[in-house]
Amino acid sequence: MEFLSPATWEEALAAKSAHPDAVPIMGGTDVMVELNFDQHRPSALLDLTRVAELAEWGPDGSRVRLGAGVSYTTIIQRLGKHAPALAQAARTVASPQIRNRGTVGGNLGGASPAGDSHPPLLAADAVIELASVHGVRHVAAREFYLGPRRTARRDDELIAAVLLPERAGPQHFCKIGTRNAMVIAVASFCVTLDAATRTAGTGIGSAGPTPLRAVAAEEFLTAEFDWQGAGPLSEAAVRHFGELVASAARPIDDVRGSADYRKHALSVMARRALSWSVTDYRKGEAQCA
Amino acid sequence: MRVTFTVNGERMTADDVWPGESLLYVLRERLGLPGSKNACEQGECGSCTVYLDGVTVCSCMVAAGQCEGREVGTVEGLADDHSEGSERRLCAVQEAFAEAGAVQCGFCTPGLLVQADDLISRTAGAGRGVPEDPEIREALAGNLCRCTGYEKIIDAVRTAARREHEQVGQEAP
Ligand SMILES: Cc1cc2nc3c(=O)[nH]c(=O)nc-3n(C[C@H](O)[C@H](O)[C@H](O)COP(=O)(O)OP(=O)(O)OC[C@H]3O[C@@H](n4cnc5c(N)ncnc54)[C@H](O)[C@@H]3O)c2cc1C
Ligand code: FES
Ligand code: FES
Repeated sequence: MEFLSPATWEEALAAKSAHPDAVPIMGGTDVMVELNFDQHRPSALLDLTRVAELAEWGPDGSRVRLGAGVSYTTIIQRLGKHAPALAQAARTVASPQIRNRGTVGGNLGGASPAGDSHPPLLAADAVIELASVHGVRHVAAREFYLGPRRTARRDDELIAAVLLPERAGPQHFCKIGTRNAMVIAVASFCVTLDAATRTAGTGIGSAGPTPLRAVAAEEFLTAEFDWQGAGPLSEAAVRHFGELVASAARPIDDVRGSADYRKHALSVMARRALSWSVTDYRKGEAQCA
Repeated sequence: MRVTFTVNGERMTADDVWPGESLLYVLRERLGLPGSKNACEQGECGSCTVYLDGVTVCSCMVAAGQCEGREVGTVEGLADDHSEGSERRLCAVQEAFAEAGAVQCGFCTPGLLVQADDLISRTAGAGRGVPEDPEIREALAGNLCRCTGYEKIIDAVRTAARREHEQVGQEAP
């Protein structure tokens, strides 16, 4: 086994091109578990922690560019305003030690349906920047997850960054697990209200072979919500939204929970996240008036 | 492969490191520093917690090669940090753990000490005051203890933080 340690992004892309089966390692919080338990012995590890720009973030036109190697700790500390749902999700990941190392790039690389970054990226319509020696590609998060742990990333590509659209409204993330810390989601949900485009976004985690959107729920909310006057939603509308979210899920029974429980939890989380978001939206409107 | 990095202020080199080997393994098996414990090797228990370039990490989740040229701080370095002259003294958190009876079998202790040391230096030590219980619990959420029931551990962290706070207050102009 080789240990490749590129110092620059160009070197990293060249190394990935020369060794397409090398396993990239950033925070190592997924990769090292596999190595420690000898579940997988790759031909090479490609250490990305020396590529400085991967750990950087900042404004990029009207968007925020989040390097693939920015830690969850930094996201919690610095991105609460730009990407509140992603920051909320980051806060629920594992423990402080894991959050100091773990990254959104690693979450996308592994693409576990339970990864906590995915619902916020789907709901906020984020874009994933992929790069190889042949150039750069942008893939919408909504087109990134193809199957169980399968993504649009090609073998010679690395994840460079996530591009987050400028936030124009409330976002909320919810996660159900057996305790508050160190828990892989039994189910998770994210909703966004975007006042600029007058559209709603959703993301569902841990309730299907991939992270999912609840498209019918988004369409219902986009049409039903009073974007202009910020009037309250009826209880029936909130309940219907929850039902549409639950019916978009494709969960299975497993050790963490039954399919029925996951659907039920999703409808409850969807109602709560929506109610919080509408309350925030109404407060925001009141401040503008 | 060969890996060279600083551990507790001293440059150390490990040879014949397998590229997939963890920092924890290198510390314990190659550098003679068995303070950091191996209790799960999957990031769940925190008993292998060390500083890496100033932030706490599970050393079982770091590939040793990723540490080349970097600075690692282990539980073995805590006491030296606070030594005066040639006399080796325990650091504030270690003192408080011993006094409070926060150690039973001791397997979780090294990780908890490093994690608590980090919390205290970021709070009381940085002039931010003594952390409230929820902040202490959150900081230690990734450190499992099968013996103590955590109460004495929280007591010890509270005590150490209070002492640190008083000391920082005295040092301030
Ligand atoms: C105790 C514990 C608790 C956990 N709890 C949670 C949790 O609550 N929620 C959650 O979502 N996850 C959790 N995880 C999983 C893990 O922490 C996350 O998936 C994290 O985001 C992985 O990031 P990393 O940088 O450590 O990835 P790594 O382990 O370095 O890499 C993960 C995968 O992504 C690939 N990769 C990394 N960077 C790139 C890149 N730039 N380009 C292409 N591929 C790349 C790697 O090859 C690998 O396949 C937990 C893990 C542990 C050990
Ligand atoms: S041994 Fe590293 S977290 Fe348990
Ligand atoms: S004292 Fe035994 S595990 Fe904590």
